[in-house]
Order: sequence, then C-alpha cells, then structure tokens
Amino acid sequence: MQVSDECIASGCCLGIAPKRFALGADGRTHPTSAEIEEDDTVLDAVASCPMEAISVHDAQTGEPIDPA
Amino acid sequence: MKELQRDKPVVRVELPDGKIGWLVTRYDDVRQVLIDPRFSRAATVNHEAPRIGPASGAADSILSKDPPEHTRMRRLVAGAFTARRVEALRPRVTKLVNQYIDHLFTLSQPADLVENFSLALPVQVICELLGVPAEERHLFHEWSDHILGDESRDPNEIEGAFSELSGYFRRLIATKRAQPADDLMTALIAARDADDRLSEDELVGLCVTLLIAGHETTANQINMFLVVLHEYPEQLERLRSHPEMIPQAVEELMRFAQLGTSGGGLPRITTEEVELSGVRIPAGEVVIPALTMANRDSALTTDPDQVDVSRPLTTHLSFGAGVHHCLGAQLARMELQEALRGLLGRMPRMEFAVPVDKLTFKNGMVVRSLRALPVRW
Repeated sequence: MQVSDECIASGCCLGIAPKRFALGADGRTHPTSAEIEEDDTVLDAVASCPMEAISVHDAQTGEPIDPA
Repeated sequence: MKELQRDKPVVRVELPDGKIGWLVTRYDDVRQVLIDPRFSRAATVNHEAPRIGPASGAADSILSKDPPEHTRMRRLVAGAFTARRVEALRPRVTKLVNQYIDHLFTLSQPADLVENFSLALPVQVICELLGVPAEERHLFHEWSDHILGDESRDPNEIEGAFSELSGYFRRLIATKRAQPADDLMTALIAARDADDRLSEDELVGLCVTLLIAGHETTANQINMFLVVLHEYPEQLERLRSHPEMIPQAVEELMRFAQLGTSGGGLPRITTEEVELSGVRIPAGEVVIPALTMANRDSALTTDPDQVDVSRPLTTHLSFGAGVHHCLGAQLARMELQEALRGLLGRMPRMEFAVPVDKLTFKNGMVVRSLRALPVRW
C-alpha cells in the first residue's frame, strides 16, 4: 500500500485504520508497513480519502487492487 | 487564552449547560482528540452530552457515529466530494460566481453581499450536487437558519426545524424514487434501495446534514475572509496584485478566521482513560477540542497570531481531522478560491458600506453568521 504526495493529512485513514497508518514528521500520512495481509479497513480508508491518495497493489503481481 | 494553552492545556471547564468537560487547546492534543478512536462521537448520543451544537442528539446522523458504522455511511458519499470530482465542478462554480457578480452590478449601491453572493453561491452549489430544486430554497432556508443560524438557541425550535427539513427530504426522496436523476440524492437512494447499505432514517439524515453543512459554513467563510482582508489592507493588496496566491491564501484565511461561534469542535467522550499533555482524562468524560486555539498554536506555525496570505501551507484544523474531517472540505476550498478570485478580480475597489464594528451577527450558537454585508464597488 502507498500514500501519494497528494496527502493533506486529513487523518481520515488514521481514524479508520489506526494500526495501518501513521503521521510522519513531514506532516503527511504514511503506511506503518508497506506490505500487509488483506485488511478491509485499509480498503475503507482508500474509499474515504478525500484526496484519493491511498492505493493498494498485490505485493506478488503488482496488480492494482484498490482503486482497481 | 494563550496562558491557558501554555500553562493549562487540558483543563476542566464548566460548559454552557452546567456540565463539566475538558477543554483541550494545544494543536497536537486537539489533533489527537479528533483522530484517536478513544475519543468517541457515538458515545455523546446517550450521554446527555453538552449541547454546544445542534447535532448532539441525532443518533442517525453521520456526525454521531464512530467507525465502522461511520465508515459505512462515509463511503457512500465520499466519492462525490473527492478532490478530482470537485475539480470537475470548478468551471460551473466559476460561471455561477460571474453570474452573481453580473447581478450585483445591476443593483443600486450599497448592496447586500450576503444575500446576493456569499449565501447564494454555496446554496446553489450544494443544491445542484444533491439534486434539490434550488428554486425551493426559500422553503428550507428558514429551517437552516433555525438549525445553524439566527434562531438556533431554543432546543425545541432546533428539533422542530430538523423534523420539518426531514419531512421535506422524505417527500423529495419519494419524488426521486419515481423519477431518478443524475445527482447525489439519487445515488444515495440507490444505495438504500438496491444494496440496503443505509437505513431510511440515515438516508434522510444524510441529506439534511449535507444540505445544512453546505450552507451557512462556506457562506460565512466568504464573509469572514472579506472582513479579515478588510482589517488587514496590506494583505488584501498583496492578494489583489498576486491572484496566483489565492489557493494558499484560502488556507491561511481558513486557519485564521474563526467560523464557529465557540471556536470549538463537536464534543467527544473518552471510551477509556487517556493522557494528554500529562493530564489524565478518565473514561466517560466530555472533551472539547478547541479548533480555533489549536490553529493559533506556535507548534503549528510561526507567528500564529499574524495573518499572512503568503504563509506556507499549514495542516490547520478548521476542517477538523480524522474520520469526521469535513466531507465538503475540497468543495469549500474550491468555492472559496473562486469566490475570492471573482470578487477581487471583478470588484477590485469593493469596500464595506458600514464600519466593521457595525456589522451584526446572527444570534445562533453554531456558525458566526453575518446578517448582512453591505458593499459598494
């Protein structure tokens, strides 16, 4: 999973999936771990991000999972 | 207030209704209250939480839910308010701005900017987005005023206005069920009917919340931005000669201008003991995040009490943060940018027809609303 430069630190993802995201020193949000097991709360965060800054790919194939 | 932030950043206070709560004033703490799931909005529903806002009792409101319930509702509407979708609306908003300014030019001076511009624009935009007939806005305008604006002091009147506005939307939902359209209300009705992702009461509540939230808020930010720029003419001049600075100026004015009457965000209740700035807040206590004070904390930015339209972007909290971060934030930003661009560009000599200290605010408890803003140009 990735968070792009579009991030405005709204904190939506931090509230939805607090274990998966953390605020960085740069004022933007970053994944706590880039490679994770399947987790619906992360997909909720993707759908709720006002900047559409979060994306999830299949770690094996690189295929986009969400947004598909 | 600065001493409070420095010396007693987390302090027990008596709230307007006599209840006790914790006022949190430092930027980092306020941000944590907004984001950390241990500070619950849902718990305020049954807690007889303090009424500093009108939305406290509405259990079906998206504002009164925590994840995962909140997430289910937010996902249904988030797609309509993303930066990309909002950008697609910009040409329409620019056109509306120009239409309202054209209309202003036909009026005798001074003319009221609130009625003819700053309220008209956001109401038109949210009506078009939702699919509410804008020509019926006189119907719901009074209800909105009771909820957020002029009369929002008496809880019974607020409840009455809520139920009338809900009735209006129940009728409109019935109409749209029969005649679907390409709008957000139709999409929400489909989410309710086809996928059962929303109860009927939630559907109605969501429409009410979106209409109200898209109404007085942006309107009064337009007014307050103009008041701030009027009070700092050198900032106004910089912006007039550098319109390319408008996007960052909007962020700075959002940080600096106080929108809410109290300067506080919606109250939360702790679900367990939490420590903030060394102070232990027990479980089950009311916590008020002081957004306005957080925005003026030197931990956020240097010289926080100065307004500076060229200030580098800050992560101000005027749109809140966390799961309840303003759904319409990108839309509000875009409308505010286009409103300023239009007014500064086409009415460069606009001035207030009355002194700022003679401007009057509506009596409401939630949003600081100007009754009128008479201007000449």
